[in-house]
Amino acid sequence: MKYFHLVWAALFRRKTRTVFTLFSVLAAFLLFGLLDSVRTAFAEAGSSVAGVDRMVTISKISFTVQLPKSLLPRIQAVPGVKEVAYANWFGGIYQDPKNFFANEAVSENFFDVFAEFEMPPQQREAFRNTRTGAVVGAELAKKFGWKIGDKIPLQATIFPQKDGSNTWTFDLVGIYRASDPKQKSQENALFFNWNYFDEARRFGRGNVGWYIEKLADRDQADRVAAAIDALSANSDHETKTQSEQAFQVAFVKQFADIGLIVGAIMGAVFFTLILLTGNTMAQAVRERIPELAVLKTIGFSNRSVLGLVLAESVLLILLGGLLGLAIAAVVVGALKAALGSTIPMASVGATIWLRGVLLMVAIGVVVGALPALRGMRLRIVDALAGR
Amino acid sequence: MRFLTGLAMLAAAVFGVAALALMPWWALLALALAFVAWMVFSRRGSQAWSVTWVGLSTLPQRLGSSSVVVVGIAGVVGVLVALLAMGEGFQATLKQTGSDDTAIVMRAGAQAELNSVLDHDSATLIAQAPGVLKDKDGRPIASPELVVVASLPKKSSGLDANVEIRGVGPGAWALRPQVKIVAGRAFNRGLREMIAGKGAREQFAGLDIGSTLRLNNQTWTVVGAFDSGDAHDSELWADADVVAATYRRGSSVTSVTARLTGAGAFDAFKAALASDPRLKVDAQTTRAYYTAQSAGLAKLIRILGTTVGAIMAIGAIFGALNTMYAAVSARAREIATLRAIGFRGLPVVVSVLLETMLLALAGGVLGAAIAWLIFDNYTVSTLGANFSQVVFGFKVSPALLWNGLKWALAMGFVGGLFPALRAARLPVSAALREL
Repeated sequence: MKYFHLVWAALFRRKTRTVFTLFSVLAAFLLFGLLDSVRTAFAEAGSSVAGVDRMVTISKISFTVQLPKSLLPRIQAVPGVKEVAYANWFGGIYQDPKNFFANEAVSENFFDVFAEFEMPPQQREAFRNTRTGAVVGAELAKKFGWKIGDKIPLQATIFPQKDGSNTWTFDLVGIYRASDPKQKSQENALFFNWNYFDEARRFGRGNVGWYIEKLADRDQADRVAAAIDALSANSDHETKTQSEQAFQVAFVKQFADIGLIVGAIMGAVFFTLILLTGNTMAQAVRERIPELAVLKTIGFSNRSVLGLVLAESVLLILLGGLLGLAIAAVVVGALKAALGSTIPMASVGATIWLRGVLLMVAIGVVVGALPALRGMRLRIVDALAGR
Repeated sequence: MRFLTGLAMLAAAVFGVAALALMPWWALLALALAFVAWMVFSRRGSQAWSVTWVGLSTLPQRLGSSSVVVVGIAGVVGVLVALLAMGEGFQATLKQTGSDDTAIVMRAGAQAELNSVLDHDSATLIAQAPGVLKDKDGRPIASPELVVVASLPKKSSGLDANVEIRGVGPGAWALRPQVKIVAGRAFNRGLREMIAGKGAREQFAGLDIGSTLRLNNQTWTVVGAFDSGDAHDSELWADADVVAATYRRGSSVTSVTARLTGAGAFDAFKAALASDPRLKVDAQTTRAYYTAQSAGLAKLIRILGTTVGAIMAIGAIFGALNTMYAAVSARAREIATLRAIGFRGLPVVVSVLLETMLLALAGGVLGAAIAWLIFDNYTVSTLGANFSQVVFGFKVSPALLWNGLKWALAMGFVGGLFPALRAARLPVSAALREL
């Protein structure tokens, strides 16, 4: 630390060059922050702690195929299952297909199973007692300016009403919040009563989309899953039961291997960054050979010269990188506010910062290694003589 | 005064980039030719060329720092071209699946076939609507189809993903002549047999000819492979009636696709369906249907690619600036000598700018070549409108390569302009006195 001013002075010996290099580093880590935020959002889908004791049962063919409601009492009877909820994907459109959000018909006890969706008791009561009632997440309500008491018309894309009409109108009776503020993206859905849905739809009556089981003991998950799937084995509606997390990970992976795409882009970015800053550091050391020789003459050891140059390159990357990540954090915050859930993005939090800083130090060391070795190995006599 | 020159330089940079972005290829080519002619035929131009040549001949001595410009710009162009090629490939795959003279009819309000249900009577009525082409036996060329989804493990991850099963009617082959059996044979009507598209076979495990699949406790056999060169490649095909039995769909279908007597017949066809009180359906040309499916994702990828490219470009431009400023200061004495013996500023500006742009062009060609070699026809898949995987190949088109080169030239222009102007304004006496 006592040499900090020395490193700092060396770094800004050529201001223009250092500032230009800093901008390059900044751009690289700005991109890292943005892309890692998207990657994290996809990777974390389904890793919320709240869902660890839940299982999802879908049709073995595909989750687009419905299951008979007659399975409900049989699943409830499986030992280890505490509570069973069920839901149906509705796929309704609010005004314009661009306004996409999830909307599902759910069983009465849905909010008991999904305890992390919190709302005042009187709203829960109203949802239970209002046939056409609907509950939306706080983020979604904010986006469309909905208040309790509003009527929300949805255009059905899958389920027309009995009379063939595609318009379903719901009364907004509750607004839920996710108990974990990090899971705010969960507040972008609309839920309504399955009983009303089943009564009013034109076809498919008596079927549900999927079952969600809350377990008494999460260590029993594998046994319970096998027992539930055994209920329908060899029937014409075989099921597949898995943890909610596994279900969501598999679903997200279907969009694209985001990790691979982000990895490839970042590989190209950091490869060019290493070359670029490596060039800067090589130039910086080449110019300063006589100065380094003087340092050695007045008693700096080989190792401290090595340390000085390495520290300089790490400091260079850290300065640009931290600034870039800070800008990324601001941009991600703004994008999340502006776009809502169109592109899933995780806030630039502790883990992204940690990954970023580790990368910065690693790149700094890689970039500084060769010039630093050169500085360490130089012979005072030759260097001072300019050979 | 310094502020004003700075402003003027910035304006010149912005103007240059905008001109590059907007100019068509022939205008740029004409400009380049005019430039070459200027260097060959005018005195000032040949001076510029000789100064440039001196600069270029010292390149090998500055290999390390010059490669920063080349590799930096190659990285930007490579990533940009690859990302845009992904969007372009997806769009092209879906676009060529549809045509203007075939129409798809689904239940009113349905956005995708998976969400649609048509009963048997409606399907029959639709096939008999006016405007549908008849074959030589007088039967309409139309296929009532049942699209369902099955979950199969992907080869790459082992995780289950959705694959689309299309139950087709007897008219499907005449309707889509691009679908060709490439191995095995076609499925027999009435049997639990299916054929697998090329893309589906690449992405999913267990679709080899002769292998069996269990769907709803029934055993299906894969008897053939087909290739259509479009989005149908991602599908499994079987007899619609047998699929309906397995999926307990009765006699309903999800859509009817019909070949029309011509592209002009669509309006009459649509009007006839709309005016029939027995039907509650939407008709659209398959071109419109498939194009709409690709619009959202293609736009998202375009925005993403351009944003990533722009941020990377900022980094690369600063790298180029560094390199070229260093090159100018290394050549300061030489440049000052030229100025002292009577060379004007212009040849010096041209020489530095031209050198940077040539390096940038090399980088652009390198990046575009890498993107083309690795990613042209690189197949991936994503979730399509029917909640199932759509397999598509990246498409590195000539237009994209050209676009990448334009980005490279623009980066070279900005990265070279400022060092070039510094070189021209170097105070001659001070530079000559320097060690």
